[in-house]
Amino acid sequence: MKKTMYEKIWESHFVHQEPGQAPLLYVDRHLMHEVTSPQAFEGLRMADRPVRNPHSILATMDHCVPTKNRNLPIADPIAKKQIETMADNCEENGLNLYDMESPHNGVIHVVVPEHGFVHPGMVVVCGDSHTATHGAFGALAFGIGTSEVEHVMATQTLPQQKSKTMLVQVDGKLSKHCTAKDIALAIVGVTGTAGGTGYVIEYAGEAIDALSMEGRMTVCNMAIEAGARAGMVAPDQKTFDFLEGKEFAPKGEQWQQALTYWKSLVTDEGAEYDTVVTLNAADIAPQVTWGTSPEQVVGVNGSVPTPESFDDKGKRLACEGALKYMDLEGSTKMTDIEIDYVFIGSCTNGRIEDFRDAAEMAKGTSVAEGVTAIAVPGSVHVKLQAEKEGIDKIFKDAGWEWRDPGCSMCLAMNGDELKDGQRCASTSNRNFEGRQGKGGRTHLVSPAMAAAAAAAGHFVDISKLG
Amino acid sequence: MEQYKKHESVAALMNRNNVDTDQIIPKQFLKKVERSGFGVHLFHDWRYNADGVTDNPEFELNNPAFKGAKVLVAGDNFGCGSSREHAPWAIADFGFNTIISTSYADIFYNNCFKNGILAIVVEPAQLDALMEEINANEGVSFSVDLENQTVTTPGGNGFTFEIDPFRKDNMLNGLDDIGLTLKHVDKISAFEEGHKQRLPWLWA
Repeated sequence: MKKTMYEKIWESHFVHQEPGQAPLLYVDRHLMHEVTSPQAFEGLRMADRPVRNPHSILATMDHCVPTKNRNLPIADPIAKKQIETMADNCEENGLNLYDMESPHNGVIHVVVPEHGFVHPGMVVVCGDSHTATHGAFGALAFGIGTSEVEHVMATQTLPQQKSKTMLVQVDGKLSKHCTAKDIALAIVGVTGTAGGTGYVIEYAGEAIDALSMEGRMTVCNMAIEAGARAGMVAPDQKTFDFLEGKEFAPKGEQWQQALTYWKSLVTDEGAEYDTVVTLNAADIAPQVTWGTSPEQVVGVNGSVPTPESFDDKGKRLACEGALKYMDLEGSTKMTDIEIDYVFIGSCTNGRIEDFRDAAEMAKGTSVAEGVTAIAVPGSVHVKLQAEKEGIDKIFKDAGWEWRDPGCSMCLAMNGDELKDGQRCASTSNRNFEGRQGKGGRTHLVSPAMAAAAAAAGHFVDISKLG
Repeated sequence: MEQYKKHESVAALMNRNNVDTDQIIPKQFLKKVERSGFGVHLFHDWRYNADGVTDNPEFELNNPAFKGAKVLVAGDNFGCGSSREHAPWAIADFGFNTIISTSYADIFYNNCFKNGILAIVVEPAQLDALMEEINANEGVSFSVDLENQTVTTPGGNGFTFEIDPFRKDNMLNGLDDIGLTLKHVDKISAFEEGHKQRLPWLWA
């Protein structure tokens, strides 16, 4: 029988199914951060259960960490306790932790690929919904809750029902200044935030093949914004080249053995998916969200919709609510929307390629009057690489703040946040009400758009730039 | 986990679609290292006035008729967004043990059942009928019977619902998933041994 990549990975990790119960799936890699793990460790301690495979875990501190003045103690005592608890838990259980002092520290989904910790064909989990990022390597990677974090630590397995499969085919070539982020947002615009519920998405087509590994990570990262359990891309030469030589990548004879295995994972010719969604990359303009859900998105050359333009009652009400919260009028041109703040970073767009894209746009510009712009690299590695390439200087010369790594204003847990009513062009993944600070208004965009908006003070149709 | 059998309770109404976990429990409350005490922060940004303390009378769950409700009737795609289990912890700690909606985000749905919250899926027409019944008679009580998979209402909008038998059994008996899985530890070890042979670089 012809199989999809998802089905192959599923079958190779199936451990057991008790009648009337969910199948048990084996977990190869478990990623961890400070916010969703402490209660899981507490649960293990209370039940006197050990961590079954400490070597399968890689942990970092990212959500609560400050992105400036890192030499000072963390001011928020509750955040400080969470950070200390993470360190204690990792030490107690012998886990590999990239703490705030580590030269490898950063956002979990940026750090893990830098070390080659995830390979094609693996089952990967993390108490974080953006775990799908690692699907870019042809792994089955998905977010779990804290009870499941505890379950995986204790058993190395998870009870899982099999998902349906969705192929998202992106044909053709992207236009100039259109990026992986625009593909990701355009897909959510088509499927809606619940369109992928119950599915694992495989992204394919010429435009996906053409993306770098960083770009594929951006696309897979936002699979959850379409409601999908996971997103994945078939491994190819780019995947192998990215992994080769990395710390946790197979070495020597095992590298060859692994390559043979990885190549066998690709979806069989003629295998069927439960659903197929097709987009043409040439039709994707630079995307900007206008509302409070990632599906409320349009091309920058378009306008904010009016509630009346939606036939569906739920969508019409959602539009009304979103316009009120966002303080926008229907029919306003996207390029007329003025911003107060710009954030480049996060597990969606905090990689070196993102800063290169943004720097190209920021070079020789100045941040517009009244706008605050912060660049937050996804990891220490990204930061150092960017500094080596002079990217930090481009940003600083343009009036940006160049910060230390962390999740920062993606979810605003660490003190980096919008004030009530401020409007932000953000390269993160969610524009929910209050996500970047109570009363803050978020427009999701690509790094290039964020940089262009910082200079102009409003959104810009960058596809028209040379 | 507490056993879930059957109960009758006031049903509260939240007629909004795509309620996300950032609203259910805003990020400023995710820094605690305990599982308890999140109920007071449930829907914080909607629920309280700008002072963060006094109740916002316009927020639906502050309706006095919904006081003590254990059943929450909500719009489509409830619980979308982040994986934070703090969301069901807050919902349970506030007092809800049942949610009725047309659909839930995947991770949130799993998280509910780990925390004794029965997440019931209904057809859009059924949801509309339940919402209308609550609107017409605020403070109305629904009966939920997990064993027989039924919800009954005074207005006659009762229905039977589907639930995965494994989840049902765990809830009825208050079972711990990890304990159940560890009964198969020999099978896990055998699988792991074979996996090591097939993919030795994972352990290198």
